[in-house]
Amino acid sequence: MSSQSASTPKPAAQAMTNGSGAAAVLAAGVGSFSLAVLAIASDKLPAIKSLMNFYRPTGPLSGVTTTAVFVWLMLWIVLRWRWRDRNLAMGRVGRVALVLLVLSLLLTFPPIADLF
Amino acid sequence: MEITTRGLWTLVHGMGFGALYLLACSGALVELWRRYAPNDLSPVTERDEALLRWYLLSMAVLAWITVLTGTYIIYPWYRAVPPVGTVNLTGYPQRLLLSNAATGGWHSIGMEWKEHVAWLVPISITMAFAVFNKHRRNLRNHPELRAAVLSFMMISFLAAGIAGFFGAMLNKHAPVEGGQTIHLMQGESR
Repeated sequence: MSSQSASTPKPAAQAMTNGSGAAAVLAAGVGSFSLAVLAIASDKLPAIKSLMNFYRPTGPLSGVTTTAVFVWLMLWIVLRWRWRDRNLAMGRVGRVALVLLVLSLLLTFPPIADLF
Repeated sequence: MEITTRGLWTLVHGMGFGALYLLACSGALVELWRRYAPNDLSPVTERDEALLRWYLLSMAVLAWITVLTGTYIIYPWYRAVPPVGTVNLTGYPQRLLLSNAATGGWHSIGMEWKEHVAWLVPISITMAFAVFNKHRRNLRNHPELRAAVLSFMMISFLAAGIAGFFGAMLNKHAPVEGGQTIHLMQGESR
């Protein structure tokens, strides 16, 4: 427990690496993108649609979202473990993750998803 | 004044959890943008940090509850298949929307987008919470990490807005109704 009072600022830890943050950001981007790809695949391919039917009342949406969340969390755990003590080019990692997130937003839009 | 249990769940999902997330999102964006900017010289106290940590954690919990109730409680009612020969589709919102060309788009575009795009929200905000929980005031020393978190939060705000908008419009054109009727209050009748 810190001995400083609640209103006293303490100096920022300069030495903290950005690896775990980069892992969280990139995993979120990839997880989101995997959701969009799985949504399109389950819409276009009957075999995937059937495979994604984890919970019948909800239909393939249950499998698409559960699988995407699994991909996201697994990737996050692996990247965090590999990058925990590293300093990465955060600008590049952030841009890649953001592009994946924006693509996810666009690819889940049915008129765009229907182009595939 | 009455409401059905399905109507109540829909109300809690959208007007409760979903709307609360949207309201909270703007506050978190402003706080993260203003207080944790690299060039901001004003001190960040432990109290400030704790506030934003709890705020982001609450948002993540709200986002997860919203998508889970939507996907596993309300969506099955929405997509229920009516028995063959059913004429009154009131209890089958998806089929009711698709039965009319004027409303079909609310399902084929609105619900199809909403059901997927909403899931980007808990992923983004959980990441934002995790990053802030780890770095806290040190985020000022990592402007690119902070920018990434802010960007994801803005997209989550947009995604939640899209889901909320279509949720409201879908419920306007084909409300999810059914189950037990809950009597709320006696009104005047003429």
